[in-house]
Amino acid sequence: MRYLLIVAAVLFAAGARAEVPRDFLSRFEKEAGVAASAERGARFFSTRQGGEWSCASCHTEKPTQAGRHAKTEKAITPLAPAANAERFTDAAKVDKWFRRNCNDTLNRLCSAQEKADVMAWLLSLK
Amino acid sequence: MTIRIILPLLLTALALPARADSYALPKNPAFEEECASCHIAYPPQMLHADSWREMMGGLSRHFGSDASLDEKRRSAITDFLVAHSGGRKTGDTRDARGKPLLRITETARFNRKHVEIDAATWKRASIKSPANCTACHAQAAAGDYNERSIRIPK
Ligand code: HEC
Ligand code: HEC
Ligand code: HEC
Repeated sequence: MRYLLIVAAVLFAAGARAEVPRDFLSRFEKEAGVAASAERGARFFSTRQGGEWSCASCHTEKPTQAGRHAKTEKAITPLAPAANAERFTDAAKVDKWFRRNCNDTLNRLCSAQEKADVMAWLLSLK
Repeated sequence: MTIRIILPLLLTALALPARADSYALPKNPAFEEECASCHIAYPPQMLHADSWREMMGGLSRHFGSDASLDEKRRSAITDFLVAHSGGRKTGDTRDARGKPLLRITETARFNRKHVEIDAATWKRASIKSPANCTACHAQAAAGDYNERSIRIPK
């Protein structure tokens, strides 16, 4: 019994460290209090909302492909987890880029629902 | 007696020009992670310390982009940039109003090295901006601006 507890504790600690992409979908859905919609996420991702850019301006409309920074031309590796195992594995990085990129495209932060929708769509891409 | 003074002077003079043109990127993981995601890592040696301090104080409005960082990282990277900054060698380091220049591409040294390039070339679709060093300097991301690897695209 004691061993089982220790094993469970170790597994829990390891799980808490490295995130997987689905963790972000659950986190944002919980914060939003509504179920995410991949369809809404797709629309949000490629629509400009008053600003010069949409998410797709840098990540393309098919984020299983590599993108390109709309201003500097620098190559950006694919954003969809199916095409890039490094994506959505580090909460600090994910939060930092949602903050910056939402500010640049919307002039405000994204809502939890918008982030949940984008996650649902990105996770649906194969 | 005189040779003891002249020899070191000569050696220093010989070593100087070689040093002046080195833009090799000093190793720093925080700088590499945070300052090479939207564009190449620009060499710290290419701007004056005052310019780096000014830039690092306004990252949430960085050339029209939000490049904001947490305070710990921001101050660590500022220290790194200042420690390796180019000082007076960058030429004029302030604009007409006395504000530190924020663009490498506006410094006197940059303009001196690129006098041969005309305005139309900078605007080519394959180049877009003087800040796009990689368009002409194939090894710019590694801090190598040597003439051997320069090719101006059509
Ligand atoms: C102006 C270009 C640009 C735009 C517009 C843009 N991004 Fe990004 N995005 C980047 C760059 C650059 C990175 C960081 C480089 C990298 O990780 O490859 C990045 C990284 C990210 C990451 C980090 C993911 C991870 O775990 O690595 C997320 C999430 C993200 N972007 C979402 C968005 C969303 C959502 C939008 C629209 C609201 C958007 N981006 C619009 C350029 C852009
Ligand atoms: C969110 C994206 C982003 C991040 C992160 C970022 N930059 Fe930039 N940076 C830009 C853009 C956009 C430009 C303007 C490019 C242009 O005019 O073509 C720029 C321009 C610059 C220039 C001026 C280039 C010139 O014209 O001479 C310097 C220097 C610079 N950045 C340094 C940094 C440093 C240092 C960091 C890390 C603290 C950093 N950048 C992080 C987006 C970013
Ligand atoms: C349109 C193409 C082009 C772009 C873009 C460009 N350069 Fe250059 N650069 C050149 C050419 C051509 C030379 C060589 C000039 C000569 O030999 O007289 C040069 C020379 C230099 C040199 C001197 C090299 C030496 O060995 O003395 C440096 C340093 C340099 N560039 C830095 C930069 C930086 C930093 C950027 C981006 C901020 C940049 N360049 C953008 C074309 C370009």
